[in-house]
Amino acid sequence: MKNTVRVHSFHGGIHPPENKKQSTGAPITMAPVPSRIVLPLQQHIGLPADPVVKVGERVLKGQLVAEAIGRISANIHASTSGVVTAIESHPVPHMSGMPADCLIIEADGNDEWIEHQGLEDYTQLPKPELIEFIRQAGVAGMGGAGFPTDVKLHLGDDHIVNTLIINAAECEPYITADDMLMRERAEQILGGIEIIAHLLKPLHIMVGIEDNKPQAIRALHAALDNSTLNLDIVITPTKYPSGGEKQLIKLLTGIEVPSGKIPADVGIVCQNIGTTTAIFKAVTYGEPLISRIVTVTGQAARHKQNYEVRIGTRFADLLDHSDVDREQMYRLIVGGPMMGITVEDEQIPVIKTTNCVIAGSVQEMPPQPPAQACIRCGMCEQVCPAELLPQQLHWFAKGREFDKARNHNLFDCIECGACSYICPSNIPLVQYYRFAKAEIRKEDAEQRKSDHARIRFEARLERLERAKVEKEERRKQRAADAARAQAAKKDAALTPKPASTANAESSEPDLKQLKSNAAIARTKLRQAEKALANAKDKGQEGVDTLQATVIQLQEKSDKAEQAYQQAQNAPAKAPVAAPASSLKDLKNNAAIARTKLKKAEKQLADAEASGEGDISALKAQVVTLQERTAKATEVYENAESGKDNSAPAIALDTSGLEADIVAMQGKVDKAETAWKTAVESGSPAADKMAAGVAKLKDKLTALQDELAAIKNASIATAAPVIDTCELEADIVAMQAKVDKGEAAWKTALESGSPAADKMAAGVTKLKDKLTALQDELAAAKSSAIATAAPVIDTSELEADIASMQAKVDKGEAAWKTAVESGSPAADKMAVGVNKLKDKLKALQDELTAITTKSDAKQDETQMQSEALDMKALKQQVSIMRTKLKKAEKQLAELSEDEKESALASELIAEIDQLKLRHGTAKTTYDTAEAELIAAAAQEGIDLKQLKIDAALARAAVTKAERALTKAEDDGKQTLEEELLAIRAQAEKLNATLERFSE
Amino acid sequence: MSAVLIAVLVLLGLGLVFGILLGYSSIRFKVEGNPLVDQVDSLLPQTQCGQCGHPGCRPYAESIVNSDEAINKCPPGGQSTIEALADLLDVEVVPLDAEHGEEQIKTVAYIREDECIGCTKCIQACPVDAILGAAKQMHTVIESECTGCDLCVEPCPVDCIDMLPIAPTLNSWQWPAPKPGIELIATDRHPGIALEAEV
Repeated sequence: MKNTVRVHSFHGGIHPPENKKQSTGAPITMAPVPSRIVLPLQQHIGLPADPVVKVGERVLKGQLVAEAIGRISANIHASTSGVVTAIESHPVPHMSGMPADCLIIEADGNDEWIEHQGLEDYTQLPKPELIEFIRQAGVAGMGGAGFPTDVKLHLGDDHIVNTLIINAAECEPYITADDMLMRERAEQILGGIEIIAHLLKPLHIMVGIEDNKPQAIRALHAALDNSTLNLDIVITPTKYPSGGEKQLIKLLTGIEVPSGKIPADVGIVCQNIGTTTAIFKAVTYGEPLISRIVTVTGQAARHKQNYEVRIGTRFADLLDHSDVDREQMYRLIVGGPMMGITVEDEQIPVIKTTNCVIAGSVQEMPPQPPAQACIRCGMCEQVCPAELLPQQLHWFAKGREFDKARNHNLFDCIECGACSYICPSNIPLVQYYRFAKAEIRKEDAEQRKSDHARIRFEARLERLERAKVEKEERRKQRAADAARAQAAKKDAALTPKPASTANAESSEPDLKQLKSNAAIARTKLRQAEKALANAKDKGQEGVDTLQATVIQLQEKSDKAEQAYQQAQNAPAKAPVAAPASSLKDLKNNAAIARTKLKKAEKQLADAEASGEGDISALKAQVVTLQERTAKATEVYENAESGKDNSAPAIALDTSGLEADIVAMQGKVDKAETAWKTAVESGSPAADKMAAGVAKLKDKLTALQDELAAIKNASIATAAPVIDTCELEADIVAMQAKVDKGEAAWKTALESGSPAADKMAAGVTKLKDKLTALQDELAAAKSSAIATAAPVIDTSELEADIASMQAKVDKGEAAWKTAVESGSPAADKMAVGVNKLKDKLKALQDELTAITTKSDAKQDETQMQSEALDMKALKQQVSIMRTKLKKAEKQLAELSEDEKESALASELIAEIDQLKLRHGTAKTTYDTAEAELIAAAAQEGIDLKQLKIDAALARAAVTKAERALTKAEDDGKQTLEEELLAIRAQAEKLNATLERFSE
Repeated sequence: MSAVLIAVLVLLGLGLVFGILLGYSSIRFKVEGNPLVDQVDSLLPQTQCGQCGHPGCRPYAESIVNSDEAINKCPPGGQSTIEALADLLDVEVVPLDAEHGEEQIKTVAYIREDECIGCTKCIQACPVDAILGAAKQMHTVIESECTGCDLCVEPCPVDCIDMLPIAPTLNSWQWPAPKPGIELIATDRHPGIALEAEV
């Protein structure tokens, strides 16, 4: 048989003993169905397939069991029917000998096919669909690397494919799988080639085949005679490794594939002959790739022949079937003797790329003799089919000069093993190259990874920087917003205020403000009460402080509520029902009314005497004036006797006065017209009338003056009251703001926020404002003291002092924490604290001033009125104690010089007084408590013990509740019962306690 | 005389022309920053672990270039990095400075997720954002992004982060170095006998 095309040659190559004859004696037979199938999920480079069946599921022959992920990946099908028993780690044919994930199927022996159907006419199908059909069948290159075939079939899309080469060289010794395939199934091969040709449309098809397979060549030619396919069967001289892709291309076309390129780049596509049959079977019968031809040979095998083996059959089953003598078997090799790998484990399965299993004896496969020194003979260079410098590469690999090895085209080495085979010093050259390649790949991977890490690191830095800038901007924005809001608030606060003070009518916005203040105060009170209840329940420390806070808040809330109610009740026009209006004013009013009456009476007498003017009108006026006078006097007397009925009287009085003025005006007008007519008529009474008119005018002015006086007086008395209410409301609101600000500042400090300083400044500002407001209030009150009864003020002042004291304490605590944390705001805070202290002192002084005035009678009344209120008593005592301590501290703080001064003596006097008052308060409290205890003792209860018991019971309730929430369902019922019992007891104790404490 | 003048003028003119050319190109083709730092930085493993005593790989690269810092202070890079740096900077290859740690097998961080309390401390420590999680949510390490710098181990308040060696897979497996053979030729195998024969 002669070649129709010229055969070229490639560099190097060797002629190892072929050992092919042993396994070509018998035809291909079907290997029996094994009891177990092991399908590795990864049988090639690329990604492993993803199992689509579950453990325990029954699968049929040809059923898809694992799906390809990504482009370079192939489907895996069950090669016989059975049950999936596991997806687990199992030894696989790999150089490393490492196990990998495998899908294990226990065969049921039925070998039952899944329903499958081939394509009737593949030429009718669009190419992508045909390729997809082949891909679904899991066809992969059966020559060496197991590269998914569909990827190669797509090469026609972006490359011009001139030549299709079918690789049937089978150059490695021992292997006869392709040879026997060609001998027996030449039609299938040609059918497969036709499909590939249909997809790639090459100009030229060549089948490369070594001249040591004459029978196969004959069979192919015979099949070709019955085919329409136009191809060249090219017979090449037997030389290893003519089956290498690049070497075969060189042989058949004379074209050398450039380094780092694939054959498709020079217009050539290569396919293995086994792959063509797989494609044929897939397209024609719809059979996926589930079996392949495997040569079982080697001296230890008694039946050396080719089998069609189901993929996933373990070597042990195959070797048993070939009757391998395990005693004789020295090495088990998968693949050929040149490029194959030695495996230790017979459980390893046949995969899509397994073309040969050699059970070699010692004589056949002797152990590698120890490597000797390189003698630089250069024989390796002569046999290298890739035209490399193996010796040079060996030195580089040994000296770890991988860069140099790379520059000497290490990656063009096909690891054919020709150099190792020929080396007289038995140097395992291929191992050195593999090692060097692995090291270079590792370095590259590390370089890639470090580049990736750098990109991520830089991205992170950038992100952090950006976040910082954004945060800063947000902070600035917030600050600007806050400043604007504050400015707006200030404006809003400034505009309605003068209006409200100047004009009593515009109390509308104040009502709203007061209402919200009252609401705020209420909410705060409720919160504090809740906190207190919590603290009590848990028996935490600081219950006392909380209690004090609650009391304070209660007062504040009451005040706010009261202020609101007052403002609401006050009629819009009347300058507030002046409950505090003094007796003096009432007296004045009464006197004025009397004067008016007298005047009117005199007027009436005059008119009667002269017989002129409107006598009846004057009479009526006198009557009204009489009534009014009587009323005013009555009001005055009532007020004097303590009845607070003055308000309506005054209101009546002014309105009456106004009516008077109007009436008087009318009278003046009338008198004037009368006088004018008299003058015109030349009446002699004109002179008298003129005098009457003048009198009436005087009266009118007097009335008007009177009204103005009354109005002024009532405003003077009412104004401070309004002011204090408003001010108090403002203070409450401001206090809330300060508290909020402080809380925010504290959280900021704890979280180490940089905004803490600014917040501290803000808090100080707020405090200053609060102080200013309080000053104002104090001023208003001191002015009101002059007019109003001082009794009301002292209690208010005391409450103020208590709250101020709390504020001072709070401020000091905040300042201390600030100092400890080294905050720069500490100085500012110190200033704030000092201010607060000053404030407190001022308040205390004020109180002392007031109390000293009304000490004697006030103490008694106070004690009497509050004797029943234990809580108030207790508070009183504590207030006294604080005041006393404060005064003592103040005294102690005085320097030597100051001690001589009047201030010191004043202080000492004050302290004495305070001591006295404290003593009284304490005794009152003690007596009250003693009375209570005695009352309790009468019923046989120890109050102290009761208190302790109640606290314990409360704690037990909390504990039981917690246990209940934690408990599982089974123990829940008993726990619930327990909880109920404990709760009942606690409630009982609490009730008893409350009875005595109130 | 005029020939001398002409020669001087011509040389002067040439000097001027080339001077201008060089001056222009030095401005036109000016390289921003130090390119050597970039090259050194690209050879470092970018774990940002700080074992060299610098706050990251780039600062170390800068100090190698600018202040003659030793090149053997990078344990994650190991001997191969030292060799690459020595090659780049044309200095002697020195063994790794044991003071800064020993070359260890590659590891990745692994969070024992049952124990994670979701504090996000490790997330803040990770220089390459390889840890996924949120406050009070379980965290996990994205293995492919982890550089094994172990900066996340220390901040963990519950010590739930392990540095596990990267398990080799079929894809990451490498051929080992072949065992060195007998580096003697046959006649040298028994040097003692040869000596005795001579005597």
